[in-house]
Amino acid sequence: MSGKHLNLKLKIWRQSGPQTAGSFVDYQIEVSPDDSFLEMLDELNNKLESEGKEPIAFESDCREGICGTCGLVINGQPHGPIPKIATCQLHMRNFNNGDTIWIEPFRAKAFPVLKDLIVDRSGFDEIMNAGGFISVNTGGVPDANDILIPKEVASESMDAAACIGCGACVAACKNASAMLFVSAKVSQFALLPQGKPERFRRVEKMVKVMDDLGFGSCTNTYACEAECPKGISIRNIARMNREYFLAKVKSKELEV
Amino acid sequence: MGWLSEALGSSIGKKFVMAFTGIGLILFLIFHLVGNLTLYGGPEAFNGYVHTLDIVKPIIRVIEVGLGLVFIFHIYNGIKLWWENKKARPNDYKISGKSKNSTLFSRTMIQTGSIVFIFLVLHLATFWWLFNFSGEPHEKGDAYYAIVVEWFQIEWYAIFYVIAVILLGFHLNHGFQSAFQTFGWNHKKYFQFIQKFGTAFAVIMALGFASFPIYFLFFYGGN
Ligand code: HEM
Ligand code: SF4
Ligand code: FES
Repeated sequence: MSGKHLNLKLKIWRQSGPQTAGSFVDYQIEVSPDDSFLEMLDELNNKLESEGKEPIAFESDCREGICGTCGLVINGQPHGPIPKIATCQLHMRNFNNGDTIWIEPFRAKAFPVLKDLIVDRSGFDEIMNAGGFISVNTGGVPDANDILIPKEVASESMDAAACIGCGACVAACKNASAMLFVSAKVSQFALLPQGKPERFRRVEKMVKVMDDLGFGSCTNTYACEAECPKGISIRNIARMNREYFLAKVKSKELEV
Repeated sequence: MGWLSEALGSSIGKKFVMAFTGIGLILFLIFHLVGNLTLYGGPEAFNGYVHTLDIVKPIIRVIEVGLGLVFIFHIYNGIKLWWENKKARPNDYKISGKSKNSTLFSRTMIQTGSIVFIFLVLHLATFWWLFNFSGEPHEKGDAYYAIVVEWFQIEWYAIFYVIAVILLGFHLNHGFQSAFQTFGWNHKKYFQFIQKFGTAFAVIMALGFASFPIYFLFFYGGN
């Protein structure tokens, strides 16, 4: 391991519970540039625990950029300064000795802080429960070429399905809008034959729940796309808008 | 028609109203600029243009009412969106990363729009009111052109006019492509062109409108 350790000043949001007021607390830490960002927080927590202090609450699971639990806002940017990676994939070599790093939770009315850096993202689950599925059993694996799907269409659907539901789009958006997430989910189904039968009901219901949960409206700043760890394109939002207009004009159900 | 009001009241619906009315206002701006170019043809050309509009006054009145409604919907929805969107993030970040992930133009639509609105009130209170409802043009005998010259030679008025139309350019630079995205017209093949076209359009509109006060303040020698 390289001997060049980094001396960093951390300013971390501490909040003991959903109802209490939080504030930034200063920490000084020495880390290896090879550490990941979350390893740095682990080390800090070990130190705090050995001192008999309350460790910093933050979420993580896979630590390889696929589960979407680890989102933090680092110096104002969800998942930190490097594009197209999750917080767990960020390494300390991207920072300089002597840097001050501000670490905040995602902030949105629909994502209330539970403790320190952990927010309640169950709103995303509610949106998924409203329509992010296919109601009928689509059967076993079909024979090759049984259902013809052009390669480009399959790729577009897969690109949308790459969304890990991390919520960074909401965190980045000045309006705390969830449009990038919802549009990715709407798109991944709407593009494929199995998803088409329910496309209208799906988009109507998911948008309704998204609005009811208190996420803001999209104003096309495209901050979501810039911060998304999976590079989900705003073209999905355009597609969702089209789906929504079509659904509103053509769907048979009068009430959502 | 409950479904329609529900649709237009949704987050996507409100955006649709913004884009639809925004495009309407853009069309109006184009006609307005082209018409105003007659100012460069001198008093006869401009007064002639105003007279031509006078002949079809009833039609103009209908269009004005429509335009007024478009403005009202655009402004009402814009303020509503801005207010609701503020409430969607009650506690803002200590450190803002906004400049790293979005353009200034996209973040200041309410500010640029509001200044355009103040400008609009002043603009209507001067030219539109004086042309239509004051006796002034007739008393002085076809004085439309003269009124324009008179106001544009007032420094504060000319300067505010220039600032307002530049901010209108900011508004359009984001708004033009934004309306296409809202309607769902974003495709790999043409969206970059729309973004560039929107910027060019915004520059042309800002420079076009700004040219009138600049011309009359600095370069106009009188008749
Ligand atoms: C001739 C004048 C104007 C034109 C041509 C114009 C045009 C536009 C366009 C094309 C958009 C984009 C719509 C979209 O994102 O889909 C827009 C958005 C907006 N306009 Fe205007 N506008 C004008 C005046 C105003 C005024 C007077 C206000 C007053 C408050 C205003 C407030 C807004 C706001 C807040 C937005 C952003 C809404 C959003 O991002 O969803 N605009 N405008
Ligand atoms: S769209 Fe991107 S930023 Fe938003 S939840 Fe999905 S992966 Fe995260
Ligand atoms: S911990 Fe799973 S994406 Fe970061």
